Amino acid sequence: MADAAIAMTGPRGAKPKKALSPRNIMLYGILILVCVYYLLPLYVMVMTSLKGMPEVRLGNIFSPPVEITFEPWVKAWATACTGLNCDGLSRGFWNSVLITVPSVILSIIIASVNGYALINWKFKGSEVFFTILIFGSFIPYQIMLYPIVILLREAGIYGTLGGLVIVHTIFGMPILTLLFRNYFSSIPEELFKAARVDGAGFWGIYFRIMLPMSLPIFVVALILQVTGIWNDFLFGVVFTKPDLYPMTVQLNNIVNSVQGVKEYNVNMAATLLTGLVPLIVYFVSGKLFVRGIAAGAVKG
Amino acid sequence: MSVTSEAERGRITSADRPRAGWRRNISAKIAAIPMIATTLVVFVGGTIWTVVYSFTDSKLLPRLRWVGLDQYDRLWSNSRWLVSIENLLFYGVMSLIFTVVMGFILAVLMDQKIRYEDTFRTIMLYPFALSFIVTGLVWQWILNPDFGVQGIVRSWGWESFTFDPLHSPETVLYGLLIAGLWQGTGFVMCLMLAGLRGIDEDIWKAARVDGIPTWKTYVVVIIPMMRAVFVTTLVIVASGIIRLYDLVVAMTSGGPGGNASQVPAMYVYDYMFQAQNLGQGFAASTMMLLSVLIVLIPWAYLEFGGKKHG
Repeated sequence: MADAAIAMTGPRGAKPKKALSPRNIMLYGILILVCVYYLLPLYVMVMTSLKGMPEVRLGNIFSPPVEITFEPWVKAWATACTGLNCDGLSRGFWNSVLITVPSVILSIIIASVNGYALINWKFKGSEVFFTILIFGSFIPYQIMLYPIVILLREAGIYGTLGGLVIVHTIFGMPILTLLFRNYFSSIPEELFKAARVDGAGFWGIYFRIMLPMSLPIFVVALILQVTGIWNDFLFGVVFTKPDLYPMTVQLNNIVNSVQGVKEYNVNMAATLLTGLVPLIVYFVSGKLFVRGIAAGAVKG
Repeated sequence: MSVTSEAERGRITSADRPRAGWRRNISAKIAAIPMIATTLVVFVGGTIWTVVYSFTDSKLLPRLRWVGLDQYDRLWSNSRWLVSIENLLFYGVMSLIFTVVMGFILAVLMDQKIRYEDTFRTIMLYPFALSFIVTGLVWQWILNPDFGVQGIVRSWGWESFTFDPLHSPETVLYGLLIAGLWQGTGFVMCLMLAGLRGIDEDIWKAARVDGIPTWKTYVVVIIPMMRAVFVTTLVIVASGIIRLYDLVVAMTSGGPGGNASQVPAMYVYDYMFQAQNLGQGFAASTMMLLSVLIVLIPWAYLEFGGKKHG
């Protein structure tokens, strides 16, 4: 029998590596150590946010809570104070939602149409604009801040959420346009030509061929933009008023406020709440997130 | 077939007849208006505007009264700006060296055909999804002298143990580095890993046949082959470092002692929007642009200029 023959000639192929070789122990040892370092802050955040203030003062930050309390979370969400407002982070959360949702939609629509036009409908100078756009993504935002303030003020939307949405759309454009341009360039040109021959125009091809064929890249763009815009701080400070501050700005104001007793557990609950949206997006999206930042890397 | 008949119809109605001049591709041009406006008005226009106004004495409002290089003179004799530049240089060099070296080493470890690679990568990359504000605040708490690392070691009985980087001007930048590296190294690791995966298996086989030890293969063969990846990573990380702002705001607000951890982006913001000294803000942001160009132009030359010739 075949089995017997194998038994007689001995095992074939490479010698299987031992699972517990010194090399593997070191390799996994280092990786696990690195992971502990990476997970530590998340762990500390969760533990601190579940402790009462007396316990925070007594214990060390790495010990799990003796008595679990969700009060810091409630307080961070609903009653923590920034200046005169004492309605917690919830205000910032809803501001961030109102900023992120339209910014993401608008920037993705514009960038996808840009990418499509740049690949299939090249016109004179289109590559020049694209090059400037990519260069623009490296220019420090600081140099464009004040001119944008003036433009928004002239338009009467400085300090409003609408103004901030436009700012996010502008600064999201380089990377997203690149993302879509690269993706559309991988769609066979024959498809486009066939549709042209069939009489489809600019928008017809966009909606009936390009859009349905590139849903994955739309998801990548969505992930990229949701985390990017949610995490923004500078534009939030510059282009909105205190009432409309996004969550990151409000969080910083709550935690780094000078007055009052420091409530570290509330601070950590607030920090965790702010980080929750990008974290959820990250853990749900998995490999697509990596793809998004890899595309972001190509920009460089 | 319907396809051919449609094609016939298309040819007859000749929707594709070349139209002359600007009306060609008119839909595409209309659709590209936001892009054109952004590049011309905001990126080019805005940059030129700020550079031009950096030569004026604008205070509360921008005005065109020329003062030549006065703003730059004042900028480069302002101790706060000088400290900002020094800080950025130190933070930038340290951060570049550490993220690239650590990112590469981690990527090499991850490239050993290990199990649970996805889990390891997920853990190393998650800080990159968090904002600098969140990152800064968490590390501020961990580095808290009373309750954080220092407090714990002291409670073990080592009473004189001191680890309080954020409250001493000499060490505050190391505190920022700890947080910055935590946030960004996973990203660099991913870039490096993608670079390692892009290297042909045959290279490895050849090295093995020649009996070159693995570590030597990395140093002598792989790293030179990954030149482009390294350069791209350096450019991305460097252009991020020049923008460094949120992390400092969250961790130290520029302190301790007034300006021990000031960075240029903070200087710009404060002069533009707080001190109502627009001219200084414009001059400082122009210097930031200049520093980016110093990084960017050689790279663009290498990357795009090289391709054309070779």
